[in-house]
Amino acid sequence: MQTKDINENIAWAKINTDVLRSMENPRMGYWIAVVACLLMVSCAVMAEIYQYQVGMGPGNLNWPHMWDLYIATFVFWIGMSHSGTLLSAILHIIGADWRKPIYRFAEAMTTFSLMTAGLFPIIHLGRVWNMYWVLPYVSDRGIWPNFRSPLIWDAFAITTYLTSSALFLFIGMIPDLAICRDNARGWRQKLYTVLSMGWQGDDRQWRNFRKIYLLMACFLIPLAVSVHSIVSADFAMSIMPGWHITSFPPYFVAGALYSGCAAIITLFIILRYFFRFDEYMTIPILEKTCKLTFAIAMVWSYLTLIEFASVWYGHDPVAKEALVSRFVGPYSPFFWLMLFCGIIVPFALAVERFRRHLPTMFVVSILLNLGMWLERWMIVTPTLATSYYPFAFDVMWPSMVQWAIVFGSFGWFGLLFLIFVKVFPCVSMYEVKEMVFHRRQHNSPEIAKQFHRRASDRQAGDEQPSTGGA
Amino acid sequence: MSLKNVLENWSDYRKTHEDGGHHDYEHMWGMVVDLNKCTGCNACAVSCYSENNLATVGKEKMGKGQGMHWLRMERYWDEPNVGGDEKEFHERGASFLPMMCQQCNAATCEVVCPVAATYHTPDGLNAQVYNRCIGSRYCSNNCPYRLRYFNFYSYYEDAWPEPLNQQLNPDLSVRDKGVMEKCTFCVQRIRTAKDTARREGREVRDGDAVSACAQSCPTKAITFGDLLDENAEVTKLWKFHQVELGKTKQDKANKELRGYRVLEGLNVDPCIMYLDRVREV
Repeated sequence: MQTKDINENIAWAKINTDVLRSMENPRMGYWIAVVACLLMVSCAVMAEIYQYQVGMGPGNLNWPHMWDLYIATFVFWIGMSHSGTLLSAILHIIGADWRKPIYRFAEAMTTFSLMTAGLFPIIHLGRVWNMYWVLPYVSDRGIWPNFRSPLIWDAFAITTYLTSSALFLFIGMIPDLAICRDNARGWRQKLYTVLSMGWQGDDRQWRNFRKIYLLMACFLIPLAVSVHSIVSADFAMSIMPGWHITSFPPYFVAGALYSGCAAIITLFIILRYFFRFDEYMTIPILEKTCKLTFAIAMVWSYLTLIEFASVWYGHDPVAKEALVSRFVGPYSPFFWLMLFCGIIVPFALAVERFRRHLPTMFVVSILLNLGMWLERWMIVTPTLATSYYPFAFDVMWPSMVQWAIVFGSFGWFGLLFLIFVKVFPCVSMYEVKEMVFHRRQHNSPEIAKQFHRRASDRQAGDEQPSTGGA
Repeated sequence: MSLKNVLENWSDYRKTHEDGGHHDYEHMWGMVVDLNKCTGCNACAVSCYSENNLATVGKEKMGKGQGMHWLRMERYWDEPNVGGDEKEFHERGASFLPMMCQQCNAATCEVVCPVAATYHTPDGLNAQVYNRCIGSRYCSNNCPYRLRYFNFYSYYEDAWPEPLNQQLNPDLSVRDKGVMEKCTFCVQRIRTAKDTARREGREVRDGDAVSACAQSCPTKAITFGDLLDENAEVTKLWKFHQVELGKTKQDKANKELRGYRVLEGLNVDPCIMYLDRVREV
C-alpha cells in the first residue's frame, strides 16, 4: 500500500524515461480510443451540418424552450475548465506540492474543455455565420455589440480565459519541452526546438520563469472566478424565476470546481492505468484530490440547499412555483437524480476504503460529473418550462440532433486530450523532480542543511555567507 | 459613432443618453384591448398573418410550439369548480386574451441581445432588426410574456407556394431561418403614416396609423394610437381608466375601472392596456 505521495528515491533519469515513454509508440488501445472519439465527433458534425442547413427546429427547440442542451452543456464544459486553474494556480500559491504530478493534465483539461465549451454558444446560434458580430470589431458603420448583454461578457470572459489558460499551460511546459527536445528525433525535435524557446535551464531563465509563472497564477485565479460568475450572469441577470437568483455566481463557481475535480479523478485513473504512472500518480495523491473534491462537493451541496431555501423563504409565488415544479414537475426524475449524484454520491469520497479503490473512484467520479451535467440541464430547462406566463408552460424533450452534438462534444474533448498526451508530457517532469528533491530534503536533515541554507540560518561553527558581492 | 467620437464626446453622450434610453419620444405608440368586446374570432391573428408576412407552419410544427403567430389568441376556460357548476362552465364558454408584443418601455429583451438587434426607437417601439439578429434567442428567454417567435426553419420555402407568394406584403421583409421576430405594431404602417404626414406638412393625426389587428377587429375591441397625442382615442381611454405608464402598480381612485396592464408588477412598463372582462357571477 502506497503511503507516500511520491517515492523520494526515484532516480531523475527514470522520471524522464517514464514520461517520455508515455509520449511515444501508441499502443492499440490508443488508436481504438482515437477512432472512437473520431466517430463521436463525426456524429456531432453530421448533426451540426443538418442543423446548419435546416435551422434550429430539428433539435426540437421550440417556443418557449429557446435554450436547451447546448447552453447546459456549454456551462458544463466551462465548469470543467476550472479545475486546472484550481490545481495549478491556487494550489501553487498555497504551496501544496502534491499537485505537481497531476496538474499538467488538469491544465490541459482546462484548455480543451474551454475549446469544447466555446463551440456551444456558436452551435446554438440561429445564424452561425454571423457569430463574429458579438466581437467589438471596428466597423465603419459604427455598429457595436450590446455591452449590456451578459452574452457579450461571456464572449470576452471566455476568450480571455482561453488565451490565459493556454498561455499558462504552455509557459509551465517550457522546461519539459526542453527535455523533450533533447531526447527527440525527427519532426518532434523540430517542434520542441521551436516550442521550448531556447530553454537552457540557466539561472536567469529559471528566475524569470518562476516570476512569470507566479504572476500568471495570480492573474488566473480571479479570472477563473470571474469567468464562471459571468457565465452564471447569463441566468442571474435575466428576469426569469429560477434563473434570477443572487447566489448563482458562487453557486456556479463551486459547481465548476466540483465537476472539474471529479473530471481530474477520472482522467487521473485513466492515465495511471494506461500509462502505468503508478509511481507518479500515487494513491495518496488521489486521496488528497478526493478529499479536496469532497470539500468542494459539500460547499456545492450547501449552496444548492441555500438556493432552495432562499427561494422558498423569499416567498415570491412565481419563483416558488418554478422551484416546486423542479421537484415534482415533468423533469423531476432528472432533478432527483442530480441531487442524488451531486449530494449523496460524494459521501463515498469520505470513506478511505473507497478512496483507495480505483474502480470505485472511477465510477464515483463519472457519477459526480453526470450529476453536474444534470444540474446545468435542470437549471436551463425547467425554468423555461415554467415561467411567468402560464400560457407558455411547455414540456420539451430534446431530439437526437441535440443529443448527438452533446455526445460528440465529449469525443471532441477526448480527441484533443488524446493528441495532447502523445505530443506533450502529461506529467510535469521538472516539477516532479522538484517534489522528489524537497521530499529528500525533508527526510534527511543532512541534505537539507546542505542545500537549504539561508543567510538567516545561523549555526554554531557556520561561516556567515557573504552576500555583499552578489 | 467611432471610438474617437465616443471618447471625445463622452460627456455629451452621457447627457443625452442618461439611462441609455430615449427621453424625447416623438411618439409613444400604445394600444387598448377591450376584453368585453373581444369575441375570440381570431380576425386579428389572421390579418396579422397577412399584413406581416407571417409564415404558416402547418399543424405538426404548430403543435411542437414552432409557430409564428405574432398575435396569439389565448383561450382560458374557467375551472368548473371555481366559477360554478359544470353546466355554467359550458354556457359561459371561454374567455379570450389577444396577446401581441407589449412594446415595453423597460423591455427586458432589449438589454440582453448581444448584438443590439432589438432596441427602443424614438417612437416608443420595441424594434427588432432582422438583419442584425444572430439568433442567440436570449431575448425570448427573457421576455416574461414569451411573445417572441423564432424562425426554427426556413419557413418561407413552403409557406407561400406559387401563386401565393404574390400576396406577400412588399413593405416588409420575409424572414429566413435563425431570426427572432415579434409584433412590431405594424411599423410599416406607422412609417407610411409618418411619411404621408410629413409630405402634407402636418403632424401625425390619430387614425393615420392603424395596426392590422385594430383595423380588422369586427367589434372594435382593439384601439391603436399615440399615447403622447392628447386627442388620440387611446390616450383618452388610458386617462379614463387611470392607467399610467412608468408604474408598477396603478393607484386608481375608482376601483371599478377595468384597465390593467399584464404583469406590470415586473416593471417592464408595457404599452398595452387591457380592459378586464366583466361577467355575471
